[in-house]
Amino acid sequence: MPNLFDRVFGRSAPPGSKKSGNMAKERLQFVLIHDRIHLPPEKLDAMKREILAVISKYVSIDNDHVDIALQQRDRNSLLIAEIPFLKTNEGIEEEESNIKTDDDL
Amino acid sequence: MGGKVVTITSGKGGVGKTTTTANIGVALARLNQKVVLIDADIGLRNLDIVMGLENRIVYDLVDVVEGRCKPRQAMIKHKSFPELYLIPAAQTRDKTAVSPADMIQLTDTLRTEFDFIIIDSPAGIERGFRNAVAPADEVLIVTNPEVSAVRDADRVIGLLEAENKGPGQLILNRAKQDMIRKGEMLSPEDVTDLLAIKLIGIVPEDELVIPSSNSGIPVTLNDNSKAGEAFRNIARRLMGEDVPLTPLTESKGLFKRIARLFAGG
Ligand SMILES: Nc1ncnc2c1ncn2[C@@H]1O[C@H](COP(=O)(O)OP(=O)(O)O)[C@@H](O)[C@H]1O
Ligand SMILES: [Mg+2]
Repeated sequence: MPNLFDRVFGRSAPPGSKKSGNMAKERLQFVLIHDRIHLPPEKLDAMKREILAVISKYVSIDNDHVDIALQQRDRNSLLIAEIPFLKTNEGIEEEESNIKTDDDL
Repeated sequence: MGGKVVTITSGKGGVGKTTTTANIGVALARLNQKVVLIDADIGLRNLDIVMGLENRIVYDLVDVVEGRCKPRQAMIKHKSFPELYLIPAAQTRDKTAVSPADMIQLTDTLRTEFDFIIIDSPAGIERGFRNAVAPADEVLIVTNPEVSAVRDADRVIGLLEAENKGPGQLILNRAKQDMIRKGEMLSPEDVTDLLAIKLIGIVPEDELVIPSSNSGIPVTLNDNSKAGEAFRNIARRLMGEDVPLTPLTESKGLFKRIARLFAGG
């Protein structure tokens, strides 16, 4: 919430003062992305969770810095994913029983 | 191949397809082109009244495709331009009376005689839309700087791409310079960013458009009309002329210049 000083000097816009032309553009950007690939936002979120679950089976993900988003290049849609891994010296904490049996051999 | 088939479509109704068809038709005729306009909005005939030709209809599009008359017999000659014709829509039938194949066949005969065949598409994305775009060499999508019209335009562009008819070119109609300047309306740049297709014309909101429809004289014949000028420019671009897009932002430019002056720049 901007303080009075900021508002008087126009440092940041007071709430609700955003120009409607920009709001139209931002809202359309969101809607068109989903219209174009016939994938509503909830389904996209489910897909992201599934992708992360699959990757997590193999490597530890730095969940706080994951960025998966749809982008538009001309009229083509693409999924851009940035999925950083956690730094570890030894790889994943060995929980899987088959790896342990390998070690036992 | 002869003449070129240009289809005017939009998805959303009421954005200015019929106005655009009438004006581009007249503007091309003024440039000495042989032009035939086809009203493909079957059941909601309109192009005839906007063109001032409503009293001369004998046959219509459905009569032609059902073989009750020759294309020539359904063509109404314009009062002022002997090389401008209209094939009116049927008023009492529905869109299923015509098929995409019928439209291709009809336009193939017209191509030999005309430079431009311009089709006024109905709103929507169903049969009437498919009839109108099936024969198109070029599709012009009319939209307004307004959320629902832009969203529908995007849907239509997607369908055109899927049918290898796209992406088409965009006409942004009813742009209001003062609202754009205040940030209360999508600008032409916003709309082309969103839709990612080429703009062939920006038509301003113009109070002369309704009186011209009232009298059946397309606004492009009025040399004082801004919208009329925009339509003339679109016609020249369709003929392959390189007419730069006149930015709507003249007064914004002035505004910026004044701002710079105050900033000492
Ligand atoms: N540039 C414009 N300025 C002012 N009014 C316009 C403009 N373009 C269209 N109109 C008006 O908008 C209404 C809808 O136009 P119309 O061409 O019939 O749309 P459509 O064929 O897409 O349904 C009409 O009343 C028309 O006069
Ligand atoms: Mg119409």
